[in-house]
Amino acid sequence: MAGTAVRGRLIWQLGSVVELVDETPRVKSIVLELPDWAGHRAGQHVDVRLIAEDGYQAQRSYSIASAPEDGGVVLTVERLEDGEVSPYLVDELRAGDKLELRGPIGGFFVWDRSFGGPLLLIAGGSGVVPLRAILRHRAAARSDVPARLLYSSRTLEDVIYGDELNRLAADDEVDVRLTLTRRWPKDWNGHRGRVDNALLEEVAWSPDDKPLTYICGPTGFVEAVANGLVQLGHDPARIRTERFGATGAG
Amino acid sequence: MSFVSRGFRGRRRDDADPARIPPGQYVTGDFPVLAAGPTPHTPLEEWTFTMRGAVDEPVTWTWDELQALPSETVTRDIHCVTKWSKLDTDWTGVSVDTLLDGVETSAEYVLAFSDGGYTTNLPLEDVTGGKAWIAYGYDGEPLDPEHGGPARLLVPHLYFWKSAKWVRGLELREDDKPGFWENYGYHNYGDPWREQRYAGD
Repeated sequence: MAGTAVRGRLIWQLGSVVELVDETPRVKSIVLELPDWAGHRAGQHVDVRLIAEDGYQAQRSYSIASAPEDGGVVLTVERLEDGEVSPYLVDELRAGDKLELRGPIGGFFVWDRSFGGPLLLIAGGSGVVPLRAILRHRAAARSDVPARLLYSSRTLEDVIYGDELNRLAADDEVDVRLTLTRRWPKDWNGHRGRVDNALLEEVAWSPDDKPLTYICGPTGFVEAVANGLVQLGHDPARIRTERFGATGAG
Repeated sequence: MSFVSRGFRGRRRDDADPARIPPGQYVTGDFPVLAAGPTPHTPLEEWTFTMRGAVDEPVTWTWDELQALPSETVTRDIHCVTKWSKLDTDWTGVSVDTLLDGVETSAEYVLAFSDGGYTTNLPLEDVTGGKAWIAYGYDGEPLDPEHGGPARLLVPHLYFWKSAKWVRGLELREDDKPGFWENYGYHNYGDPWREQRYAGD
């Protein structure tokens, strides 16, 4: 696996907000038109910069939700109640607004068709965003590596890209497993509760199959899942992680 | 800057001195975690720290030997390239100066190496002169594995990816060899005050 070719300086560029898509009550996708976008790889992220009238600025990183083949850039953002940037992006931003960003950033948490598989994707909450880009790239690049997505969500209403994932599952393209941790419908026939080693053993391939694994989600989730896979005998060198948020300590 | 984000006011913090916050950073009271793979769990009885490379003989310390060296407790601000800064963090560990004491080297760079295969490169002068530690304590407690325990490199004046978690040694080098993130487009030096996040910044 080669490192990414390092392009020149990552310059700030202004994108136009083409459309905002409601994904869940707390999550929106921002469809951007970027005249100077040089392309990206599935799994990469961008830095977004907001500037107030008095010059005050705030920056945050967001995963790219679109595949390289989709053209343009889609960001999917979850509103964090105590956040500074995400409430603006989810509640204030309108179609026609400009949004400043630079990228693509990150060359490790990416998947290209040439990496092969089997491809094991494990998401907690909005950690599904870069994994969705990977699934879209897999489909667009007509990769036939087996792929599984294990997606942990609080409730069914919190599931992002629900229709798209249902279609992928219905077409037998991807083995999609949902687990709901907080509340589930009466007739729910998916998994219930947090991802534990028993569920990992059921969903992850055998360590002998050497799945290439991508885990993205809150820190506690990623720690538990990555530790679980290593305990089950999976090679740590085949596990790539992206964590967000704190350990909760202090 | 002429561009203004329509409707953005921001939520400034008034409890942090702006002079302590590098450009593009925000202050958090949490301690976020960033790592490219699973957290390694090396038993302390198997743990060693090695100074190798451009030295006459590699020097290795066991966990107990490292603990027996004079330690320092320092309070520093730390700055992660993912935008968070955390002020007044307390660390306990051994100064890299102590580990290099008596080591003759022609090296100008170091490559820190860690369990799990992580590496990061720094000029030697950025880990000497009281600027870097092998830290095994945080806030008076043993350093948690998620935050790099049992021991991590602490180089608080650079972005925090330079403070390699799960560090197992320093390779002294005459040439500068880019480490893990440096190979993936992150800045080779990483000064937060010059906002050196990515290559070319």
